[in-house]
Amino acid sequence: MKYCGKVVVTLKPGVFDPQGMTIRNALHALSYREVEEVETGKYFRVTLEARTREEAERRVREMCDQLLANPVIEQYTFEVQEIR
Amino acid sequence: MRFGVVVFPGSNCDYDCFYVLRDVLGQEVVFLWHGDEDLRGCDCVVLPGGFSYGDYLRTGAIARFSPIMSSVRDFALSGGVVLGICNGFQILLESGLLPGALLPNRSGRFICRYVFLRVERTDTPFTLLFAPGEVIRIPIAHYQGNFFLPQDELSELERRGQVLFRYCGPSGEVEEAWNPNGSANNIAGIVSLNLCVMGMMPHPERASEELLGSTDGRRIFLSVVKWLEEKRHARCGA
Repeated sequence: MKYCGKVVVTLKPGVFDPQGMTIRNALHALSYREVEEVETGKYFRVTLEARTREEAERRVREMCDQLLANPVIEQYTFEVQEIR
Repeated sequence: MRFGVVVFPGSNCDYDCFYVLRDVLGQEVVFLWHGDEDLRGCDCVVLPGGFSYGDYLRTGAIARFSPIMSSVRDFALSGGVVLGICNGFQILLESGLLPGALLPNRSGRFICRYVFLRVERTDTPFTLLFAPGEVIRIPIAHYQGNFFLPQDELSELERRGQVLFRYCGPSGEVEEAWNPNGSANNIAGIVSLNLCVMGMMPHPERASEELLGSTDGRRIFLSVVKWLEEKRHARCGA
Protein backbone atom coordinates (compact mmCIF):
# COMPACT_ATOMS: atom_id res chain seq x y z
CA MET A 1 0.00 0.00 0.00
CA LYS A 2 1.05 3.53 -0.65
CA TYR A 3 0.69 6.15 2.05
CA CYS A 4 1.23 9.85 2.29
CA GLY A 5 2.53 11.38 5.52
CA LYS A 6 1.97 15.09 5.99
CA VAL A 7 4.33 16.46 8.61
CA VAL A 8 4.30 19.93 10.15
CA VAL A 9 7.32 20.97 12.22
CA THR A 10 7.09 24.07 14.42
CA LEU A 11 9.29 25.69 17.02
CA LYS A 12 8.59 24.78 20.64
CA PRO A 13 6.85 27.48 22.67
CA GLY A 14 9.33 30.11 23.81
CA VAL A 15 11.89 29.41 21.08
CA PHE A 16 12.84 32.62 19.30
CA ASP A 17 11.31 32.93 15.82
CA PRO A 18 12.64 36.04 14.04
CA GLN A 19 10.95 35.09 10.76
CA GLY A 20 7.57 34.93 12.47
CA MET A 21 8.17 38.33 14.04
CA THR A 22 9.24 39.89 10.76
CA ILE A 23 6.21 38.47 8.95
CA ARG A 24 3.92 39.75 11.71
CA ASN A 25 5.44 43.23 11.33
CA ALA A 26 4.92 43.05 7.57
CA LEU A 27 1.26 42.10 8.09
CA HIS A 28 0.90 45.08 10.43
CA ALA A 29 2.40 47.27 7.73
CA LEU A 30 -0.31 45.95 5.37
CA SER A 31 -2.75 47.17 8.05
CA TYR A 32 -3.74 43.74 9.35
CA ARG A 33 -3.63 45.30 12.79
CA GLU A 34 -5.55 42.40 14.32
CA VAL A 35 -2.62 40.01 13.88
CA GLU A 36 -1.17 39.12 17.26
CA GLU A 37 1.37 36.49 16.44
CA VAL A 38 2.81 34.63 13.46
CA GLU A 39 4.57 31.31 13.91
CA THR A 40 6.67 29.85 11.12
CA GLY A 41 7.28 26.16 10.55
CA LYS A 42 8.09 23.57 7.94
CA TYR A 43 5.86 21.27 5.96
CA PHE A 44 6.93 17.90 4.53
CA ARG A 45 4.94 15.48 2.42
CA VAL A 46 6.45 12.01 2.54
CA THR A 47 5.16 9.34 0.20
CA LEU A 48 5.99 5.83 1.35
CA GLU A 49 5.22 2.18 0.92
CA ALA A 50 3.93 0.30 3.98
CA ARG A 51 1.89 -2.83 4.74
CA THR A 52 -0.53 -1.12 7.09
CA ARG A 53 -1.49 2.36 8.15
CA GLU A 54 0.00 1.69 11.60
CA GLU A 55 3.31 0.76 10.05
CA ALA A 56 3.28 3.92 7.93
CA GLU A 57 2.59 6.04 11.03
CA ARG A 58 5.37 4.37 12.97
CA ARG A 59 7.85 4.95 10.15
CA VAL A 60 6.89 8.61 9.73
CA ARG A 61 7.23 9.16 13.50
CA GLU A 62 10.72 7.64 13.37
CA MET A 63 11.63 9.96 10.49
CA CYS A 64 10.46 12.96 12.51
CA ASP A 65 12.44 11.90 15.58
CA GLN A 66 15.59 11.12 13.64
CA LEU A 67 15.75 13.85 11.04
CA LEU A 68 12.77 16.03 10.22
CA ALA A 69 12.60 17.77 13.63
CA ASN A 70 15.30 18.75 16.10
CA PRO A 71 13.89 17.81 19.52
CA VAL A 72 15.91 20.55 21.26
CA ILE A 73 13.93 23.34 19.59
CA GLU A 74 11.15 21.81 17.51
CA GLN A 75 7.92 19.83 17.82
CA TYR A 76 5.94 18.07 15.13
CA THR A 77 2.52 16.78 14.19
CA PHE A 78 1.62 14.56 11.28
CA GLU A 79 -1.18 12.68 9.64
CA VAL A 80 -0.98 9.66 7.39
CA GLN A 81 -3.38 8.99 4.54
CA GLU A 82 -3.66 6.05 2.21
CA ILE A 83 -3.12 6.92 -1.43
CA ARG A 84 -5.50 5.06 -3.72
CA MET B 1 50.81 16.49 14.58
CA ARG B 2 48.40 15.49 11.87
CA PHE B 3 45.23 17.53 11.40
CA GLY B 4 42.30 16.59 9.19
CA VAL B 5 39.95 19.21 7.80
CA VAL B 6 36.62 17.72 6.72
CA VAL B 7 35.24 18.91 3.40
CA PHE B 8 31.46 18.77 3.07
CA PRO B 9 29.62 19.97 -0.02
CA GLY B 10 29.19 23.64 0.84
CA SER B 11 32.08 23.99 3.28
CA ASN B 12 33.80 27.33 2.60
CA CYS B 13 36.29 27.78 5.43
CA ASP B 14 38.05 24.49 4.75
CA TYR B 15 40.94 26.08 2.85
CA ASP B 16 41.34 28.81 5.48
CA CYS B 17 41.74 26.18 8.19
CA PHE B 18 44.06 24.12 5.99
CA TYR B 19 46.18 27.20 5.21
CA VAL B 20 46.50 28.29 8.84
CA LEU B 21 47.42 24.81 10.01
CA ARG B 22 49.95 24.11 7.25
CA ASP B 23 51.37 27.47 6.21
CA VAL B 24 51.05 29.54 9.37
CA LEU B 25 51.63 26.84 11.98
CA GLY B 26 53.71 24.33 10.01
CA GLN B 27 51.56 21.34 10.91
CA GLU B 28 50.82 18.29 8.81
CA VAL B 29 47.26 18.58 7.51
CA VAL B 30 45.05 16.64 5.11
CA PHE B 31 41.57 17.17 3.74
CA LEU B 32 39.04 14.52 4.71
CA TRP B 33 36.24 14.01 2.18
CA HIS B 34 32.72 13.76 3.61
CA GLY B 35 32.00 10.63 1.60
CA ASP B 36 34.98 8.72 3.03
CA GLU B 37 35.10 6.97 6.37
CA ASP B 38 38.86 6.92 6.89
CA LEU B 39 40.23 9.60 9.24
CA ARG B 40 43.71 8.83 7.85
CA GLY B 41 45.41 8.68 11.19
CA CYS B 42 44.64 12.28 12.15
CA ASP B 43 45.27 13.42 15.70
CA CYS B 44 42.68 16.19 15.46
CA VAL B 45 39.66 16.60 13.19
CA VAL B 46 38.43 20.08 12.24
CA LEU B 47 34.86 20.60 11.03
CA PRO B 48 35.12 23.92 9.19
CA GLY B 49 32.59 26.68 8.65
CA GLY B 50 30.39 27.11 5.62
CA PHE B 51 26.99 25.98 4.46
CA SER B 52 27.22 22.21 4.36
CA TYR B 53 24.49 20.76 2.15
CA GLY B 54 23.22 24.28 1.55
CA ASP B 55 21.91 24.45 5.14
CA TYR B 56 18.98 22.36 3.84
CA LEU B 57 16.45 21.31 6.48
CA ARG B 58 18.49 22.82 9.35
CA THR B 59 22.12 23.92 9.57
CA GLY B 60 24.26 20.83 10.00
CA ALA B 61 21.29 18.45 9.88
CA ILE B 62 22.30 16.61 6.71
CA ALA B 63 26.09 16.75 7.20
CA ARG B 64 25.58 14.77 10.36
CA PHE B 65 24.69 11.72 8.27
CA SER B 66 27.80 11.87 6.06
CA PRO B 67 29.90 8.70 6.12
CA ILE B 68 32.83 10.65 7.61
CA MET B 69 30.69 11.72 10.57
CA SER B 70 30.21 8.19 11.88
CA SER B 71 34.01 7.91 12.03
CA VAL B 72 34.27 11.35 13.64
CA ARG B 73 31.70 10.26 16.22
CA ASP B 74 33.66 7.10 17.12
CA PHE B 75 36.87 9.14 17.18
CA ALA B 76 35.32 11.74 19.50
CA LEU B 77 33.77 9.19 21.85
CA SER B 78 37.14 7.49 22.26
CA GLY B 79 38.84 10.76 23.23
CA GLY B 80 39.93 12.08 19.84
CA VAL B 81 40.19 15.85 19.57
CA VAL B 82 37.46 17.43 17.41
CA LEU B 83 37.07 21.14 16.74
CA GLY B 84 33.88 22.44 15.13
CA ILE B 85 33.89 26.02 13.89
CA CYS B 86 30.65 27.86 13.00
CA ASN B 87 28.85 25.41 10.70
CA GLY B 88 31.12 22.77 12.23
CA PHE B 89 29.66 23.68 15.64
CA GLN B 90 26.16 23.37 14.19
CA ILE B 91 27.04 19.90 12.87
CA LEU B 92 28.37 18.81 16.29
CA LEU B 93 25.10 19.91 17.91
CA GLU B 94 22.96 18.13 15.33
CA SER B 95 25.02 14.97 15.75
CA GLY B 96 24.51 15.07 19.51
CA LEU B 97 28.24 15.25 20.28
CA LEU B 98 27.54 18.56 22.02
CA PRO B 99 24.28 19.69 23.66
CA GLY B 100 22.05 22.50 22.40
CA ALA B 101 20.92 24.16 19.19
CA LEU B 102 21.73 27.36 17.31
CA LEU B 103 18.81 29.63 16.43
CA PRO B 104 18.79 32.58 14.04
CA ASN B 105 20.46 35.68 15.47
CA ARG B 106 18.20 37.84 17.60
CA SER B 107 18.58 40.71 15.14
CA GLY B 108 17.44 38.51 12.26
CA ARG B 109 20.60 39.59 10.41
CA PHE B 110 23.80 37.97 9.28
CA ILE B 111 26.58 39.37 11.49
CA CYS B 112 30.18 39.54 10.34
CA ARG B 113 32.55 41.37 12.71
CA TYR B 114 35.16 41.04 15.42
CA VAL B 115 33.88 40.19 18.91
CA PHE B 116 35.54 39.90 22.30
CA LEU B 117 35.49 36.52 24.01
CA ARG B 118 36.27 35.60 27.59
CA VAL B 119 38.14 32.33 28.04
CA GLU B 120 36.28 30.48 30.77
CA ARG B 121 38.68 27.60 31.42
CA THR B 122 42.20 26.76 30.38
CA ASP B 123 42.47 23.07 31.22
CA THR B 124 41.18 21.89 27.85
CA PRO B 125 43.02 20.88 24.66
CA PHE B 126 41.79 24.10 23.03
CA THR B 127 42.72 26.70 25.64
CA LEU B 128 45.98 25.54 27.25
CA LEU B 129 47.83 28.63 26.04
CA PHE B 130 45.41 31.19 27.45
CA ALA B 131 45.18 32.74 30.90
CA PRO B 132 41.99 32.10 32.90
CA GLY B 133 39.49 34.89 32.16
CA GLU B 134 41.64 36.25 29.34
CA VAL B 135 39.81 38.40 26.80
CA ILE B 136 40.54 37.58 23.15
CA ARG B 137 39.40 39.00 19.79
CA ILE B 138 38.09 36.70 17.07
CA PRO B 139 35.53 37.45 14.32
CA ILE B 140 32.10 35.90 13.94
CA ALA B 141 30.29 35.48 10.62
CA HIS B 142 26.91 33.85 10.92
CA TYR B 143 23.15 34.16 10.63
CA GLN B 144 22.43 31.35 13.04
CA GLY B 145 24.62 31.54 16.13
CA ASN B 146 22.10 32.18 18.86
CA PHE B 147 22.93 29.37 21.31
CA PHE B 148 19.87 27.80 22.89
CA LEU B 149 19.25 25.15 25.52
CA PRO B 150 16.16 24.67 27.70
CA GLN B 151 16.74 26.32 31.09
CA ASP B 152 17.31 23.13 33.10
CA GLU B 153 19.84 21.77 30.60
CA LEU B 154 21.52 25.16 30.42
CA SER B 155 22.01 25.14 34.19
CA GLU B 156 23.44 21.65 33.92
CA LEU B 157 25.88 22.77 31.18
CA GLU B 158 27.02 25.66 33.39
CA ARG B 159 27.30 23.51 36.48
CA ARG B 160 29.51 21.03 34.63
CA GLY B 161 31.76 23.86 33.44
CA GLN B 162 31.24 23.11 29.75
CA VAL B 163 31.19 26.75 28.65
CA LEU B 164 34.54 27.60 27.09
CA PHE B 165 34.01 31.04 25.54
CA ARG B 166 31.55 33.85 26.27
CA TYR B 167 30.87 37.02 24.31
CA CYS B 168 32.03 39.93 26.42
CA GLY B 169 33.25 43.52 26.44
CA PRO B 170 36.90 44.59 26.07
CA SER B 171 37.47 44.15 29.81
CA GLY B 172 35.71 40.81 30.02
CA GLU B 173 32.28 42.16 30.95
CA VAL B 174 29.77 39.40 30.20
CA GLU B 175 26.76 41.62 29.64
CA GLU B 176 23.77 41.66 27.34
CA ALA B 177 25.20 44.70 25.55
CA TRP B 178 28.10 42.56 24.31
CA ASN B 179 25.95 39.65 23.20
CA PRO B 180 25.91 39.87 19.38
CA ASN B 181 23.29 37.24 18.59
CA GLY B 182 21.15 36.57 21.66
CA SER B 183 23.00 33.45 22.83
CA ALA B 184 21.95 32.09 26.22
CA ASN B 185 24.39 33.27 28.92
CA ASN B 186 26.50 34.92 26.17
CA ILE B 187 27.78 31.46 25.16
CA ALA B 188 30.11 31.48 22.13
CA GLY B 189 31.71 28.06 22.52
CA ILE B 190 31.26 24.90 24.55
CA VAL B 191 33.21 21.73 25.22
CA SER B 192 32.17 18.10 25.75
CA LEU B 193 32.29 16.47 29.17
CA ASN B 194 35.49 14.61 28.26
CA LEU B 195 36.90 18.02 27.11
CA CYS B 196 37.91 16.66 23.70
CA VAL B 197 35.10 17.99 21.50
CA MET B 198 34.72 21.75 21.16
CA GLY B 199 32.31 23.84 19.13
CA MET B 200 32.47 27.60 18.70
CA MET B 201 30.75 30.18 16.49
CA PRO B 202 33.74 32.58 16.13
CA HIS B 203 36.33 31.77 13.46
CA PRO B 204 39.84 31.26 14.92
CA GLU B 205 41.23 30.56 11.44
CA ARG B 206 40.37 34.15 10.51
CA ALA B 207 42.35 35.52 13.44
CA SER B 208 45.63 33.71 13.01
CA GLU B 209 47.84 36.31 11.37
CA GLU B 210 48.87 39.83 12.35
CA LEU B 211 47.90 41.01 8.88
CA LEU B 212 44.28 40.07 9.55
CA GLY B 213 44.04 42.02 12.78
CA SER B 214 44.39 39.36 15.47
CA THR B 215 46.43 36.27 16.25
CA ASP B 216 44.29 35.09 19.15
CA GLY B 217 42.73 32.35 17.04
CA ARG B 218 46.14 30.87 16.32
CA ARG B 219 46.55 30.05 20.00
CA ILE B 220 43.51 27.79 19.91
CA PHE B 221 45.16 25.64 17.23
CA LEU B 222 48.53 25.86 19.01
CA SER B 223 46.89 24.75 22.26
CA VAL B 224 45.69 21.64 20.46
CA VAL B 225 49.22 21.01 19.12
CA LYS B 226 50.71 21.38 22.60
CA TRP B 227 48.06 19.19 24.18
CA LEU B 228 48.61 16.44 21.60
CA GLU B 229 52.39 16.65 22.01
CA GLU B 230 52.11 16.34 25.77
CA LYS B 231 49.79 13.40 25.39
CA ARG B 232 52.22 11.74 23.01
CA HIS B 233 55.15 12.28 25.36
CA ALA B 234 53.19 10.94 28.29
CA ARG B 235 52.39 7.84 26.27
CA CYS B 236 55.98 7.32 25.14
CA GLY B 237 57.32 7.91 28.63
CA ALA B 238 54.95 5.41 30.18
